[in-house]
Amino acid sequence: MTNKTSVPQAPKRRLSWNDPGFRALIYQVLILGIVGLGVWYLVSNTLHNLAIRNISTGFDFLHREAGFAIGESVIDYTPADTYGRAIWVGILNTLRVSVVGIIAATLFGTMLGIARLSKNWLVSRVASAYVEVMRNIPLLLQLFFWYAIITEVMPGPRSALNPIPGVFISNRGLKMPALQGDALDWMVAGLGLAIVAIIVLGHWAKKRQEATGIIFPLVRAALGLLVVLPVAGWLISGASLSLEMPVMKGFNFSGGISLSPEFVALLTGLIIYTSAFVAEVVRSGIQSVNRGQWEAAEAIGLPRRRLLRLVILPQALRVIVPPMTSQYLNLTKNSSLAVAVGYPDIVSVVNTTLNQTGQAIEGILIIMAAYLTVSLSISIFMNWYNKRIALVER
Amino acid sequence: MSTNTATVQSLPPPRAHQGVLGWLRASLFSSPLNTLLTVLVAWLLLMAVPALIDWLFISANFNAQNAQECRQSGGACWAFIAEKHRLILFGVYPYDEQWRPLLASIILIAVIVCSCIRWFWKPFLGVIWIVALVVVGILMWGGVFGLSHVENSRWGGLPLTLILATFGIAVAFPFGLLLALGRRSHMPAVKALCVVYIELIRGVPLISLLFMSSVMLPLFLPEGFSIDKLLRAQIAIILFAAAYVAETVRGGLQAIPKGQYEGADSIGLSYWQQMRKIILPQALKVVIPPLVGIFISLFKDTSLVVIIGIFDLTQAAKTAVADAAWRGFSTEAYLFIAFIYFIFCYSISRYSQSLEKHLQTGYQR
Repeated sequence: MTNKTSVPQAPKRRLSWNDPGFRALIYQVLILGIVGLGVWYLVSNTLHNLAIRNISTGFDFLHREAGFAIGESVIDYTPADTYGRAIWVGILNTLRVSVVGIIAATLFGTMLGIARLSKNWLVSRVASAYVEVMRNIPLLLQLFFWYAIITEVMPGPRSALNPIPGVFISNRGLKMPALQGDALDWMVAGLGLAIVAIIVLGHWAKKRQEATGIIFPLVRAALGLLVVLPVAGWLISGASLSLEMPVMKGFNFSGGISLSPEFVALLTGLIIYTSAFVAEVVRSGIQSVNRGQWEAAEAIGLPRRRLLRLVILPQALRVIVPPMTSQYLNLTKNSSLAVAVGYPDIVSVVNTTLNQTGQAIEGILIIMAAYLTVSLSISIFMNWYNKRIALVER
Repeated sequence: MSTNTATVQSLPPPRAHQGVLGWLRASLFSSPLNTLLTVLVAWLLLMAVPALIDWLFISANFNAQNAQECRQSGGACWAFIAEKHRLILFGVYPYDEQWRPLLASIILIAVIVCSCIRWFWKPFLGVIWIVALVVVGILMWGGVFGLSHVENSRWGGLPLTLILATFGIAVAFPFGLLLALGRRSHMPAVKALCVVYIELIRGVPLISLLFMSSVMLPLFLPEGFSIDKLLRAQIAIILFAAAYVAETVRGGLQAIPKGQYEGADSIGLSYWQQMRKIILPQALKVVIPPLVGIFISLFKDTSLVVIIGIFDLTQAAKTAVADAAWRGFSTEAYLFIAFIYFIFCYSISRYSQSLEKHLQTGYQR
């Protein structure tokens, strides 16, 4: 650089190339300038292209009539509704499959992770084989596979598989009995009350133990409350609960809860794929706890359940929670593969929308905004939880 | 303590801990719960494995002439794969020229294998990569050396999957490196740009980037200028992978103790010298295993280009399945390419594990 020669005699280094601060300033102005120019170039191109293709901009299209049907939705939806509502249906469908998937993958994956560490040779081998196979096959391929199994290999509704009474598996998806009646609301209320009571009881038990040393059998009490209060709700309502069984009517089933083949294929794929990763997270978490901790806990005579709950799990969770968060985020993002099997999630609905309206930019922005909101919410919650369980150092 | 030093003949281990019986007792029937689990798992395996082997091999049909004949055998129809394997592996590439994608795939696999051998970890590996990628380009496109020109809309199958993954990581790596350095930079504007980029890309699914590249890139470009579908997908994959590479490398940079930076500063190295000679060699060594992991997931993620209609391995399998004359054998087709993906990903992940063990030595006392 030619600037190197311009070393002034006075400490007036303000405008010298040798001053790191000045240099950094120049670099940043340059980089921002380049990025700004690039963005301006792209935006002006885009505006020009939109103008010559007669594509309108803005989010007005959200209020227009969508005119396409959506296979399944959590809220009421007809083709006469607006694009805005259609997209909202897509978002809710994404949330539905993600929430169910996260819960199931956590439970199943944790079991697998523990199974991989089992002293039982057969169990640990089967678990590791499962993990290795599922981790190394693309999720999309697994989704195609499950969808093909359900729609091609499964029998029609007339000869549906019936593994448990009331549950039918056919190429139209999964049918399950549904609970019906006024008692449902009362039972949900009872469940909510039970959860509140358990939290209050937990606080009280902890305080009492700190003051007197007497241990309250919290787990048993909690289980009791979880059973007793909903049953009480059921009794109050006059026990008006009935189980609605799916029955064969004409060419298909009616009644009961019906899960579409698309939903079942997507959910199965997501759970099976993600649980393999969850298993690895859980295994590494448990293995990270020093052997000495097990031995020390055994030495002071803690029973096995308490040993796990008070000594091992709190330490393992510190290692488990951060990678688990990214698995949850991955599952949520992977649910976008729904478009491949035709489950109407947000990506699929927005894709239809932008094919109809041509408003690609707004559509993509909506998808990104939706995922960013969900991702940020999950990571904020998990970070809060992580902070709660993190090691408190003096 | 008493000082009884009389030598006592050591006893053999108890019978119950020896031999096959001992092993069985220790690893399968050590407690009632374990016995129950063993019986349960063994029962499940007995139900599943013989049926599976029967379907896969014994009642399978390997050389049926048509779908009718295949269906009668009751097992898997591998004749379908025999019939369609060239479509699945090479897509709609001109039939007589399919030795070219085959050779290109072999070259790509060879370069990946070479990059895995430590003896090759020298600067000339970069030269090998550049030469290999150029040769692959020539083989696939043709148009020179007497090879007929093949448009990339006719590329497909395994070579396309390999190309998307290897070109993807090859370009994303330097880009991600710069992003990671930018994110650790002391310049607030640079840092902010990198953070926004990384978080935005990591927060959204790859599919939305692929859609974006397929519908929005044409809008971004000046009128009359267009880039083809394959390149658009490749750009989306690169942008996506770069953000993940950046976060991994950042982890490595954070693992380098402050003293290393201070040492480099104290001998008066410039920023780039400091990074090139001191920091990056150490940081990259730490993150090689996770980088291999990113390569594996990128390899799997290339299957998503199906969604925007690019003819990769998965799409080729779907096309083979859609043939009306051979309807109903999708399980076989998907198992076949699942096996291909598994071979690649499993060997790379095994390699990554062994590498981790090798590289750890420096940190263990």
